Amino acid sequence: MWSIIEQIFPYAIIFTIPLLITALGGLFSERSGIVNIALEGLMVIGAFSGALSIHYLSGVLDNHTLVLWLGLLAAVLAGILFSILHAFASINLNANQIISGTAINMIATALTVFLARNITGSGNIRISSGFSPSNVPFLSDIPVIGDLFFTKTYPTTWLVLAILFVSSFILYKTRFGLRLRSCGEFPQAAEAAGINVRKVRYSGVLISGAFAGLGGALIIVTQSGEFTGTVAGLGFLALASLIFGQWKPLGVLAATLFFGFASTIANVSQVIPELAVIPPILLKIFPYVVTLIALVIFSKSSQAPKAVGETFDSGKR
Amino acid sequence: MRNTIVSLISIILGLVAGGILMLFIGSNPIEGYSYLLQGALKNLERIGNTLATATPLIFTGLSVAFAFRTGLFNIGASGQMLVGGLAATAVALTFDLSRPILLLVMVLAGLVAGALWAFIPGLLKAKFNVHEVVSTIMMNWIAYWTIYYIVPGYFKGEFLETESKKLAESDTLRTPFLTEMFDGSYINLGLFLAVIAVIIIAFIIEKTTLGFELKAVGFNRFAAEYAGMKVNRNIILSMLISGALAGVGGVALYTGNASSIQIGILPAQGYDGIAVALLGANHPVGVFFAAVLFGILYSGTGFMNAMTEIPPELANTIIAIIIYFAATSVMIERLLNKFKAKKSNKEDKSGPVVEKGDS
Repeated sequence: MWSIIEQIFPYAIIFTIPLLITALGGLFSERSGIVNIALEGLMVIGAFSGALSIHYLSGVLDNHTLVLWLGLLAAVLAGILFSILHAFASINLNANQIISGTAINMIATALTVFLARNITGSGNIRISSGFSPSNVPFLSDIPVIGDLFFTKTYPTTWLVLAILFVSSFILYKTRFGLRLRSCGEFPQAAEAAGINVRKVRYSGVLISGAFAGLGGALIIVTQSGEFTGTVAGLGFLALASLIFGQWKPLGVLAATLFFGFASTIANVSQVIPELAVIPPILLKIFPYVVTLIALVIFSKSSQAPKAVGETFDSGKR
Repeated sequence: MRNTIVSLISIILGLVAGGILMLFIGSNPIEGYSYLLQGALKNLERIGNTLATATPLIFTGLSVAFAFRTGLFNIGASGQMLVGGLAATAVALTFDLSRPILLLVMVLAGLVAGALWAFIPGLLKAKFNVHEVVSTIMMNWIAYWTIYYIVPGYFKGEFLETESKKLAESDTLRTPFLTEMFDGSYINLGLFLAVIAVIIIAFIIEKTTLGFELKAVGFNRFAAEYAGMKVNRNIILSMLISGALAGVGGVALYTGNASSIQIGILPAQGYDGIAVALLGANHPVGVFFAAVLFGILYSGTGFMNAMTEIPPELANTIIAIIIYFAATSVMIERLLNKFKAKKSNKEDKSGPVVEKGDS
């Protein structure tokens, strides 16, 4: 049992991290009151612009690590730019947030493949190599824990975990966090208290764009090494993690870890004899079925932001 | 009328954006669009293919629109199509019936499978208030993986592991008289089913008590409940009908346009259904025309791609942009209002029109 955990742990973490950062982005958006079903599309945009800029920059710059970080930065910026579309539609134009999000998902997948096909011909963009895993000095020498947590880790994993804790701090301990949360719960009261609800919601959506863009690019630089025009439903899984984690940073961490492990187990089950006895179909649908069950269980005590998904009408009481 | 104007303006803006994209990659938009139209409508065969491409979209569009009338967002049409297609394929490969009965059983199997797949989100919504957007997305992926393992496990194709066994021509919705009429196009009986579905759904929504109740629940479920309607029952019923429509759409796609199911793909028609419904203003007749328009875009881009450098994904991009404009219809409506106000201002003034800042 332990050896199985040790074997799949690194893969599960690699799978979890993009999911975590994207779900965290969704958290900022939804806590500010805007449903963001566009996470999937924003991840695709991030993956595309990350892969594209790494593809081009690696011919210009010699320092490959720098190129990878610049690629991530490009993904963040592209995610922010694209999320403005969602913010504009749902905040300024009172559009139905789910339809706007769906439109952005469609634009993202279509536009990126359209451009990629025009650039490379095949529609896929390969990068020469991603980040290489390394051991954390000193910490990796600790028995058991060192092997599990600090051996062969990616620098991006630590970056995302740092973002998680900073986000948690911002959300619960700063003025901005309080304002953000109040706009998702009772925007009219927030406005009466002098908060610019639209501005706060804009920042929530833009943060989600930045994080989802980063999440998409992380898939390229740690897992696949190639942009293929899709992120295979990870954005929707991030949305499910957000609900599963009850819109709380640590809950989201737990939910994404669950999905990370469940998916990894399903992916590697055929090569691990102990797991090969279970029909793979059950392992594959397991995370989704559990999410449905969790939704039912949490339905009575849902911690969803009260005003999420509603268009803001400052005259409504 | 107003909805139609907004939809038409959205379409024009989407096409303009597509033209700008073609310019951006260094192609000639006029040439691109003329090839696109030729590809979709130049001869009978192409017109047939265009209508066939539109057929599943009519079903998914109706499916999304119908649920939307009850205030439900069925984003799970893809999964419902998959299970519908699987059920019909399974019937065709398992039973040896005479053609009319077989086709009837196939369509019914697809209808029931799609309805059942949508029943779960409907039930969860009615009983536990689980948001149907999330639950239908989960159901999509469950359908995806179910097909992924069941097709190679039980209905494996002769040459490829990744698709089901090809159906015999006589076991599909294709029919010689349509194929001959359209010069060998893959148009099939699915189109007739779709037209019948449009009529039935329009009738249900506009003329029956059920339709009235469903719409009432969509407008305000609390008011509907206060008026004595069984809200929970209506929610489940609406999802059942919506899923059934998508299920038959799957039958039309996998046993009409195609003759096998491929694994590892969620049919894009499910998501496009959202676009079709939105552009058709959630009205069955509007859905029909929106689906035909998308059919033209999809089937025309293949020819366009062969004749020019423009990638076929142009169709998806144009559709997505149209939807963004349709979703932000407030912007268009504001512009329309401004335009109207200006017009009436001008008519009212008898003297010379004074521009702002002149006086």
